[in-house]
Amino acid sequence: MPALDELEHAYASVRKDKGFRAELAHLNATFIGRPTALYYAKRLTEAAGGAKIYLKREDLAHTGAHKINNALGQCLLAKRMGKKRVIAETGAGQHGVATATGAALCGLQCDVYMGSVDVKRQALNVVRMRMLGAKVTDVPLGSQTLKDAINEALRDWTTNVRDTHYVLGTVFGPHPFPMIVRDFQSVIGNEARTQMLAAEGRLPDCLVACVGGGSNSMGLFNAFLDDAVEMVGVEAGGEGIETGRHAARFAASGSVGILQGCKTYVMQDENGNVLETHSVSAGLDYASVGPQHAFFYDTKRVQYTWATDNETLEAFGLLARTEGIIAALESAHAVAEAVKRARTLGKDKIVLANLSGRGDKDVQQVAQILGMPL
Amino acid sequence: MIHTQKNRIDAVFARLKRERKKAFIAYIMAGDPSLEQTKQQVLLLERCGVDIIELGVPFSDPVADGPTIQSAAERALASGTTLRRVLSLVKELRATTLIPIVLMTYYNIVFKYGEQQFVHDALDAGVDGVILPDLPPDEAAALIVCARAGAGGRSLATIFLAAPTSTDNRVKKIASASSGFVYYVSMTGITGTALHVDESFVRHVRSVREHSRKPVAVGFGVASAQDVRMIREVADGVIVGSALVRTFHERPDAAEAFIRELKEAIIQG
Repeated sequence: MPALDELEHAYASVRKDKGFRAELAHLNATFIGRPTALYYAKRLTEAAGGAKIYLKREDLAHTGAHKINNALGQCLLAKRMGKKRVIAETGAGQHGVATATGAALCGLQCDVYMGSVDVKRQALNVVRMRMLGAKVTDVPLGSQTLKDAINEALRDWTTNVRDTHYVLGTVFGPHPFPMIVRDFQSVIGNEARTQMLAAEGRLPDCLVACVGGGSNSMGLFNAFLDDAVEMVGVEAGGEGIETGRHAARFAASGSVGILQGCKTYVMQDENGNVLETHSVSAGLDYASVGPQHAFFYDTKRVQYTWATDNETLEAFGLLARTEGIIAALESAHAVAEAVKRARTLGKDKIVLANLSGRGDKDVQQVAQILGMPL
Repeated sequence: MIHTQKNRIDAVFARLKRERKKAFIAYIMAGDPSLEQTKQQVLLLERCGVDIIELGVPFSDPVADGPTIQSAAERALASGTTLRRVLSLVKELRATTLIPIVLMTYYNIVFKYGEQQFVHDALDAGVDGVILPDLPPDEAAALIVCARAGAGGRSLATIFLAAPTSTDNRVKKIASASSGFVYYVSMTGITGTALHVDESFVRHVRSVREHSRKPVAVGFGVASAQDVRMIREVADGVIVGSALVRTFHERPDAAEAFIRELKEAIIQG
């Protein structure tokens, strides 16, 4: 608790600090390469045969995903707080890479926790983190995925709280983390809103983003909450809801619980123990979801649905062949749903999907699944 | 005497105070490897002079625990241990022992069971208190009200954790939310980490005792008779967890001698 109070206090002061905001804006422009493009996916639109599909190209941000927006912000914050070391959990490895990058930029020591299953399926990102000077610790506990990496990061933070900042990678955990991460990610929606108005002279009809912990979707949705814009969060349908092997917290067996410092929807059994999840994408393979998403679910501001592993792989291939973009498997969930929605909407409608990351990290895994020789 | 107190934990600390003794609090994981074994372990601990039992109820994501108790929780879950079954075990134990029993688990287990139902069923089974390391007092108002109101003339003690990083104001809040005793976490860290008793540790425990008229027990990392001797000098109680869980798991035949050695250290200093 004292660490959370310290963080809340420090964040409240940098939030108002012009110097901090200017430094972050400068790095956003010159280091991350913001604003990222808003791209009209013409051939994907034709393939879907309905509404126009626009993609917010977070895959073009430095390090290849939206995760850098938050990681860099928090590393700068950690430096301001006088911390010498940052730690992070990672599922797909994108947040780990982003934190390792932010740490290198800010001259901080960096440790990343990653479940053993994810270390294997996202091997490229493990190497990237190590090249960036971070120490990657394999977590062979529990389901050996994102949830267990967070547990281990929390244990480290509890132990080394005096000199360490925990760069939580998503809109999860105890306050003020969900707020801090939302704020640093809100640049996505702020840019997309302006860009859409410039391109089409109006707002989109529908926003689509994948939801693991929920940071890229929160970053996109946040700028449109007061607009008459439909919003869809796409969870991991895994091998199908009926098989029980998925991570669709809202759509399927999730119920309200308390996990890792927040009250939200959790996939759990009747005794309150957390269930194992499954997804082809490590970043969505998580039993819980950010508390603000729980609120949007309860108030019906956002609709939540899922894409299965197979639908995702299909969308992954379709996007590559029609647009020349290899998306992260997480983001391919959003693409699958965007195509589905576009099909049901008229040609005068606009769907904006967040392409949260690029798929280099998934090439090996997809090749294996599709039986392509490496 | 027991009947004049609303809670058996208070009675134990009151007696120990009169006798100028310190409390020996032992943690074991219920259902590791089976609830039948747990029953035998509780009775053994009582025979060896343990004053209060902390019974772990396994949770899938024990963030405050180190590898020893994490593994114990995995074994306990694998043997089918649930809160409901642990409550039945306590009820069964009450036929033979009145030793104070405190359940230690994580908040989601209680939340899912239902706070009010939990307090009712726990008291009905003969449980004396609860420790939820991931529930700060700031979020515990409803549970505290329920626990203090109690049932059948008894209340359920709510024991909160103070840490070396807790400020004075925080310690006051933790102490006032706590009943039974205040759990002082010996270090910033997780269970089973090596204990490091230094001047700042001693100063901190003293300051927690100054901020509270409630007994203060120290746990996390207490693994040997030597650790126990150091802590008994400054605290009202000593909590041994991981070391005991490990002994019961790896060398069950050595458990009795180990417990007696710890008890000896509590008495002799």
